[in-house]
Amino acid sequence: MEGGQEMSATLFVQQLINGISLGSLYALIAIGYTMVYGILRLINFAHGDLLMVAAYAALYGMLLFSLPWFISFPLAIIATGAIGILLDRAAYKPLRQAPRISLLISAIGASFLMENLALVLIGGVPKAFHRPNCFSHVIIIGGLHIPVLTIYSPLVTLLLVLGLLYIVFKTRAGKAMRAASRDFEATRLMGIDLDRIIALTFLLGSSLAAASGIMWAMKYPQINPFMGVLPGLKAFIAAVLGGIGNIVGAVLGGFLLGLFEILIVALLPDLAEYRDAFAFLLLIGVLLFRPTGIMGEPFIE
Amino acid sequence: MGNSFYLPRPKAAANPAGGPTAGLKRWLNAALFFLLFGVLFLFSHYGSGYQVRILNNIAIFITLAVSYNLINGVCGLLHLGPNGFIAIGAYTSALLAMSPAEKNLNFILSNVIWPLNVIQVPFAVSLIAAGAMAALFAFLISFPVLRVRGDYLAIVTLGFGEVVRVVCNGAQSVTNGPLGIKGLYPHTNLWWSWGVAALSVVVIQRLINSNYGLAMKAIREDETAARAMGVDPFRRLMLGFLISAFFSGIAGGLLAHLITTISPGLFTFLLTFNLLIMIVVGGLGSTTGAILGAALFAWGGEALRVVEQPMQIGPLTIPGIPGMRMVIFSLVLLLVILFARKGIMGRRELSWDFLFSKLAGSRRAKTPS
Repeated sequence: MEGGQEMSATLFVQQLINGISLGSLYALIAIGYTMVYGILRLINFAHGDLLMVAAYAALYGMLLFSLPWFISFPLAIIATGAIGILLDRAAYKPLRQAPRISLLISAIGASFLMENLALVLIGGVPKAFHRPNCFSHVIIIGGLHIPVLTIYSPLVTLLLVLGLLYIVFKTRAGKAMRAASRDFEATRLMGIDLDRIIALTFLLGSSLAAASGIMWAMKYPQINPFMGVLPGLKAFIAAVLGGIGNIVGAVLGGFLLGLFEILIVALLPDLAEYRDAFAFLLLIGVLLFRPTGIMGEPFIE
Repeated sequence: MGNSFYLPRPKAAANPAGGPTAGLKRWLNAALFFLLFGVLFLFSHYGSGYQVRILNNIAIFITLAVSYNLINGVCGLLHLGPNGFIAIGAYTSALLAMSPAEKNLNFILSNVIWPLNVIQVPFAVSLIAAGAMAALFAFLISFPVLRVRGDYLAIVTLGFGEVVRVVCNGAQSVTNGPLGIKGLYPHTNLWWSWGVAALSVVVIQRLINSNYGLAMKAIREDETAARAMGVDPFRRLMLGFLISAFFSGIAGGLLAHLITTISPGLFTFLLTFNLLIMIVVGGLGSTTGAILGAALFAWGGEALRVVEQPMQIGPLTIPGIPGMRMVIFSLVLLLVILFARKGIMGRRELSWDFLFSKLAGSRRAKTPS
């Protein structure tokens, strides 16, 4: 890439756009982590696997039932939301009074169960994700090659986040949700049905993860039962980066992590092999120097 | 969380009436070691290759599970990175014990870096180096790791395991990258694997029953209260972390020289997940439980191979389902944690005191007073 000053500037802009696009996918997943963590104080390890569920659901909707994408995708999102609620009911609800370590182990078990069940039911061979034609165009502006998907995903993310913020900050259910994340017991004493609020949290978080999963599958159209593991872990790091429990922080953290990953590989191509390690090093850095993240409130013990 | 600040009494104080004396216990321990020695002797001479392999697996799993339980069960930290320490131990031991000529055969894409391309040490030295290297890494990462607790600690340690694997993949001139290292000499035999297992159990059990162990349990139950009693959590937890990593590293070296081929794909999070199943099923916090869990896992893993192979029932052939074993393991973990959270042993240990008190108890129950 020794094409002079102008060429590298174009390349830089290209990478910037890629970073924002990747970041928007992390952001959508990170929201689910941060919402569940806010209320249950639990890393939902199985959250990343919902990406995989959504991707397969969307694919099979199109393949088996020959649904058009604009029906198959929303159905997949709803189904994933329902599975999110089921996950909470089956794996987390019986452990509400248990020590935290049990809850985490249950989450890890649920995650492995989902992955391996998918492996047994579908098989480990990666499947090609059928990308609808309207998402396959590439726009060329002044030497920049931008797939439309790269533009759509931040836009979709923005819309979904605005919708979520409306629910959380302007509706009664959202108010109850915020109350529960502030003080779980006091909220129960106020006569709020926490089980419903938790179910709603899982529904919203899982649906957003599903949207991200479908976009992920279109971006990298080879899907397999373990596709959600790494994006899930990284999105959790994004949530910590932004300040866990804070929705705007999670979005910010997602975008930052996406940009960080893409740019570090663009600037230091020798380190491309270690790309997956950067996010964790970033996490260690954040925990060492600012454990509450960018938007987090100071931690009071 | 638990609102009771509970500390088990030290072993020395708990000598119930009719319990064994220290001298008797020493004899019983010696007898147990002789029994183990005899069994190993028989198997190493008359056992089939398959039986020896399973026994080796059990011993290595015991070492891994007991040292993993020290952190997760006794210290109460959900540590998710033992796969990293095992990888470090396996690679250290493999690279040190292999002859330079063999190494040159292995490293095709890039030459192995300097001290490694001339060095070869005996197997025993390589194992100690493996443990020391793992402990060194544990020391380095304990500074960020032990600053945090709970979920954060889980994700940081998981990240550490992941980083080790990525580095093993990338650092070609040290680890030979994704190709891995092949053709290791099969040094690991029953004596090595069970010797290390026995050593790890004795050392870790002594640590747990010492004042250090009591401090670790105190931190597990209530860190603030422990701190108020003058316990320094960082130093106590670091000690546990280092010892756990040391034995994990040695077990990694044994594992490498048992299967004779290592590659980064061997040390994924799946390895940690398997260890987690062992200690949860055995009972978090119990060394006996960890031993039972490890043996059950090694045996169960073999027994469950049936479900992945085609089955013949009369004229009917049921095709095997690859991957079914992991589904069953995940279900077992979930069911145990949901419905039988204490596992097999809970936090109890099978000790001579325990056995004798049981015996005394049943005798008392039989004779009406």
